[in-house]
Amino acid sequence: MRIEKPAASSEGPPNLADYEQARAAFSWEAVRRELDGLPNGGGLNIAYEAVGRHVQSGHGGQTAMIWLGKKGEREEITYAELDGLTNQLANVLANLGVEAGDRVYSLAGRIPELYVCALGALKHRAIFCPLFSAFGPEPIAQRMQLGEAKVLLTTERLYRRRVMEIRDRIPSLEHVIIVPDPKKPRSPENTIDWNNAMAGASPDYRIASTNPATPALLHFTSGTTGTPKGALHVHEAVLTHYVTGKLALDLHPEDIYWCTADPGWVTGTSYGIIAPLTNRATMVVDEAEFDSQRWYRILEEERVQVWYTAPTAIRMLMRSGPELPRSRNLSALRFMASVGEPLNPQAVVWGYEVFGRPFHDNWWQTETGGIMISNYASMDVKPGSMGKPLPGITAAIVREGNDGHIHRVDDPKKDGELALRPDWPSLFRGYWNNQDRYDACFRDGWYLSGDLARRDEEGYYWFVGRSDDVIKSAGHLIGPFEVESVIMGHPAVAEVGVIGKPDPVAGTIIKAFVSLQPGHQWSGELEKELLGFGRKNLGTAAPREIAFAESLPKTRSGKIMRRLLKARELGLPEGDTSTLEGENG
Amino acid sequence: MKRDEIRATLMACLSDVAPEIAEEEVEDDVDIRDELDLDSMDILRWVQGIHKALGVEIPEEDYGKMTSLGDAIDYVAGRI
Repeated sequence: MRIEKPAASSEGPPNLADYEQARAAFSWEAVRRELDGLPNGGGLNIAYEAVGRHVQSGHGGQTAMIWLGKKGEREEITYAELDGLTNQLANVLANLGVEAGDRVYSLAGRIPELYVCALGALKHRAIFCPLFSAFGPEPIAQRMQLGEAKVLLTTERLYRRRVMEIRDRIPSLEHVIIVPDPKKPRSPENTIDWNNAMAGASPDYRIASTNPATPALLHFTSGTTGTPKGALHVHEAVLTHYVTGKLALDLHPEDIYWCTADPGWVTGTSYGIIAPLTNRATMVVDEAEFDSQRWYRILEEERVQVWYTAPTAIRMLMRSGPELPRSRNLSALRFMASVGEPLNPQAVVWGYEVFGRPFHDNWWQTETGGIMISNYASMDVKPGSMGKPLPGITAAIVREGNDGHIHRVDDPKKDGELALRPDWPSLFRGYWNNQDRYDACFRDGWYLSGDLARRDEEGYYWFVGRSDDVIKSAGHLIGPFEVESVIMGHPAVAEVGVIGKPDPVAGTIIKAFVSLQPGHQWSGELEKELLGFGRKNLGTAAPREIAFAESLPKTRSGKIMRRLLKARELGLPEGDTSTLEGENG
Repeated sequence: MKRDEIRATLMACLSDVAPEIAEEEVEDDVDIRDELDLDSMDILRWVQGIHKALGVEIPEEDYGKMTSLGDAIDYVAGRI
């Protein structure tokens, strides 16, 4: 089925009015000319394009961010105020001796200080690395060790609960800036109080000359094996952030825009900070967790025009029924988009029935830095499809041929790996300290995404699956190895295999299979103990289900066969087991 | 059903979802999402457990009313 593009309306045409024309006319040079660049030919800095240039052009009084606190607070911050605050933060970093290229981490919920930290660090040409605040101590420690964090911004509560116990494992960490808890007057020992530091910092800061290839952002993502990978992006990525916000999300200056993603994940940074600000939108930031009543109230009361959310949230909204949205005035809403995992066709259709507009699914990855394939306001939506490549992006379905080289597959019935020509500005420039894994992503002139897809006769792309064992739960990539390593740390556990199990709301949940050390008996009590153990150490990346297995299926080389565990769990054919050892081997 | 019986049932359901939470540390007025690190999937599973244990239907739109254990007890007590 398809949902036809809207007829011409009083709203005027979208930024991308005709897909083929826009593709033909596109050039990155032209995008660069839509941005300002630093004054006096000083290069290209994300934070200047996001904030400073709007103040320079007389829009300092426009609201940049509407912040909604958990307890009902509402604050507006103008572009001029945001410029001053981020200058102060850049000065704080300078006073601490932070230099260009040093890593400034954040571990915080969606509070204004997090946004100030991100942009202030970028102004100072430090590399900003956001961590998801629901991570447990283990993922936090590992990511700070890998990226050699120098500064961490966090809150009093998160510091005491997650960081204090692991701080001595991160020798590179010199400074911890704490956003204080108003109820606790004293910051913990060996930390810097945000208020004191900011009070002593000047609101004037001149951004130093920034070469477009200067590293800017470090986002950790998970692989099948080994430790998480830190994908590094440069300041030039702002071209992609800006133009995809404009073309794929149809952002116009002064639009009220709400991206529900957390900046701890790449969507919450690329599209929860940079894309809206570079397009001079007003962004809504909600500190609270998902709540259907609250979300509809925000859409209505803030008169949100462009809304970018995720399949898990949409499925939860569907569960709460159509009456809630119908009782609200959502007439301001112009464009709705979704990312994180493929949006099921029912959800696209539900959006159309309830809001009168479909959700526009799109596809990209931490490594691509920005939206690569998308549905557009001016194009028919085929529910279930991720859409077509952005102008400036060359995509293809590829397979490895008998000659060992990568070849395009042009048969619309055949699937293969989704690949991109590696020539856009927000392409990642490395995995932190891991050149081999970076090099392995590129072959024969293509960036290989690891996602399997197919392209239909009309050029729409359809997601088929992952080519590896990485689990996508509630839109977040989780590496099975990372989870297994932590569960292995429990004294009762001998072996662990982790899989993704389909779930109607989260898309996929993490399930672990464990075998036990001699002397331990499986029981409901032990199951709960292991669940709790996982949650304490991993936080949101913990398994939601743990089951006992006498032994786990392994290859002859001793690798646990997650594919087989998954096939058994789902009652699927087990496929070729000739390399298997274990109960059959 | 008495209030402490409801409390005990709600805690048992909570401990199925988040076994790391020891009963003594949960005070009735703390924000369960914040202080116990529960996300929306956890809340969903908790509510499903309560439905199974007590037969109380809690529509999704009311999840926001259950910010603390005390709120949840009040809510459930009003519907048994």
